[in-house]
Amino acid sequence: MIRFENVTKVYDQKARPALDSVSLEIDRGEFAFLVGASGSGKSTFLRLVLKEDRATSGMVHVAGQNVANISSWRVPRLRRGIGVVFQDFRLLPQKNVFANVAFAMQVIGKSRSVIRDTVPEVLKTVGLEGKEKRMPHELSGGEQQRVAIARAVVNRPGILLADEPTGNLDPTTSMGIMGVLDKINQNGTTVVMATHDDDIVNEMRKRVVELKNGKVIRDEARALYTSMLPVVGQSRRLKDASGRDEAAHSGGQAAGQQAAREQAAREQAGEGRL
Amino acid sequence: MRLQFILGEIGGGLRRNLSMVVSVILVTFVSLTFVGAAGMLQLQINQMKGYWYDKVQVAIFLCGEGSTAAGCASGPVTAEQQDNVRTLLESPAVAQYVNDFQFESRDDAYKHFKEQFSNSPIVDSVTPDQLPASFRINMKDPEKYQIISETFSSQPGVETVIDQRQVLERLFSVMNAASLVAVIIAGVMTVCAILLIATTIRLSAFSRRRETGIMRLVGASKTVIQLPFILEGVIAAVIGAALASGTLWAVAHFFLGEYLSKQYPDTAFISPAQTLLLAPALVGLGVVLAGTSSLLTLRRYLRV
Repeated sequence: MIRFENVTKVYDQKARPALDSVSLEIDRGEFAFLVGASGSGKSTFLRLVLKEDRATSGMVHVAGQNVANISSWRVPRLRRGIGVVFQDFRLLPQKNVFANVAFAMQVIGKSRSVIRDTVPEVLKTVGLEGKEKRMPHELSGGEQQRVAIARAVVNRPGILLADEPTGNLDPTTSMGIMGVLDKINQNGTTVVMATHDDDIVNEMRKRVVELKNGKVIRDEARALYTSMLPVVGQSRRLKDASGRDEAAHSGGQAAGQQAAREQAAREQAGEGRL
Repeated sequence: MRLQFILGEIGGGLRRNLSMVVSVILVTFVSLTFVGAAGMLQLQINQMKGYWYDKVQVAIFLCGEGSTAAGCASGPVTAEQQDNVRTLLESPAVAQYVNDFQFESRDDAYKHFKEQFSNSPIVDSVTPDQLPASFRINMKDPEKYQIISETFSSQPGVETVIDQRQVLERLFSVMNAASLVAVIIAGVMTVCAILLIATTIRLSAFSRRRETGIMRLVGASKTVIQLPFILEGVIAAVIGAALASGTLWAVAHFFLGEYLSKQYPDTAFISPAQTLLLAPALVGLGVVLAGTSSLLTLRRYLRV
């Protein structure tokens, strides 16, 4: 579904490349995590898939076509096959939930009756039944992200790109969002998710591609998030303070801590799916 | 659906940007009014030229019933006198200065008069026998008017010899200068309008960058994304053009029609309906102006 062949992306000639000869293949229907520190090239990867940027060298294939060969007036067609979700939701604040999702269909010219049928169905998939009339500011962060996911998948794209979709959410809500993404993946959509969230990665046990300084340093199936980057550790401590049992994590050694984390995550996943 | 969506977007954009839209309307209104004023002056010049102006330079008017000139003491021109004038015009002494000449009978004169003064109330009170017959002469060299004048003014049956150019040329040069001034002002105002439209579109694109960003992501075509912005500018410009056309019509109707034509009943003025001929040109100009300037702006500020 997505294939990178020796892709290098250089933004600034003097600096190191954002992506350095990356070769990677993500198959149809796969669920892959893209992990790594800020600046490791995760966002660049996603931008190249969307043809927001051109690769400096190498080839990017999306859904069977080389994106370099897609003329600018056909880029919209490429993007219709790709849904995107962001950390900051990017909902339209003056439109209600239904209208936010319908917007994605209106702008590509879907008929009103199709919109009327499809939107409630998608909202049901993401668990927002009965909230069609709510405005974004009346929703919790998790619900807002669900609206954003609904908007991303309402046109039934083959690929869903998620750029730190849980970055602004607490762990419980995050697991709920992961449940939604997993469900979408099970319906056949390829999901690529860039994340810092180790709990989620460890819980999901999906393929993990780790980037560091623009290079793929790890590509494992059913893998864990193992990273020694201090940034991640900090963000975890903040999350701990926001609602989890601090004592369970503060004392133990790395292995024990890992086990406890997984335990907690499993519990929360259960809650999130209720 | 898509059309309805685009119309909705335009409506929202116009509402959100109301003050800028109003200023675009006013600037295009003023600039197109000046363009239209220049056009109106040219129409007026054409109107005043009447049937003969571009064809001949000198007119020899023959005596009519009411003529009071010295040469007309014996009453209206006779057929014999008329033939004498014609013979003289064809004689080698005169013919060397004359390219061509035509005889305008009273009925012809009446017909041409009616055309030229169609907008004036005077037309109803004039009958063919009040108008003199005339010979209209196209000179080889208009400067030689004097020769014709000397030869014919003393002829029996000739009321007067007139160099039409001398009468109207000065007025026309003033009107042409006024047109030029109007065009220059229009040019400056048009530059203002273009810049203002560009700024408005830029602001509009900025205030809706969230929407356009999402449209890009879900694969909306360039047309769907850009058209609302372009049409916003175009609609404002068309409203401005319509106001300008209305203003020109009002000037023709109230100032020329109701006031000046009563002050100067012997001058032919353009009708309000004639100014409306300028309206499509003004609207077209407004559309082209707004369309190109917003298209260029969007190319810079709205990446698709």
